Amino acid sequence: MTLHTLKILTFAWVRTQTGAPEFEVQTKAATVGALLEELIATRPGWEKLVGRQEAIRCAVDQVFAERHTSLDGVREVAFFPPVTGG
Amino acid sequence: MSVSVQQADFDLAAELAALRHGRTDLGALVSFIGSVRDVPLTLEHYPAMTERALMALEAEAAQRFNLCASRLIHRYGALNPGDQIVLVLTASRHRAAAFAATQFLIDKLKTEVPFWKLENGTWVEQRADDRHAARDWQGGGFEPQRS
Repeated sequence: MTLHTLKILTFAWVRTQTGAPEFEVQTKAATVGALLEELIATRPGWEKLVGRQEAIRCAVDQVFAERHTSLDGVREVAFFPPVTGG
Repeated sequence: MSVSVQQADFDLAAELAALRHGRTDLGALVSFIGSVRDVPLTLEHYPAMTERALMALEAEAAQRFNLCASRLIHRYGALNPGDQIVLVLTASRHRAAAFAATQFLIDKLKTEVPFWKLENGTWVEQRADDRHAARDWQGGGFEPQRS
């Protein structure tokens, strides 16, 4: 597994709970799901998401993604609740 | 075809005039406006992804319903009761396409475009009704398949 740098963005209560709207990480995680687990396990503030994980949705490079989506070649990952526009 | 994600308000008459300018093929024009009801709210969004998602939806609608033209505008920021939030404007040769496309676009954008509403300090939860409305369009035709 290679270490690569990603930009992480958060929105709505994922942002307010974890306290950081945007930051960079270096990770070996291969999928979005693995990355989320890693952030929750290691990053201060992210432990608050335990218990609400089911409700977290994600996007890679600005396209909706799933937990199993690969991070290969990805530059940006976002975590957020189900959207409520319109 | 055109989308805008903006803080500024929009004017339906101006958008209609722009859409139909110089055209004589638009037999039907349909519009939907979503507005803030009862309580002030703030709309957060994921810049760049919102435009991208709206453009993808617009292209999907144009192809599925064979639209002649469309315009989508979605605002963000702090809004008060009565303020406009979203405009869906569609044009086709005959009315069935424009009516169906407008319904499709608002039904889909409620669950597929990255905006989040904050009301009274609480993040609004996505509604099951909205999920169902979007899902009902999976069939591919002019009508949602209510199940």
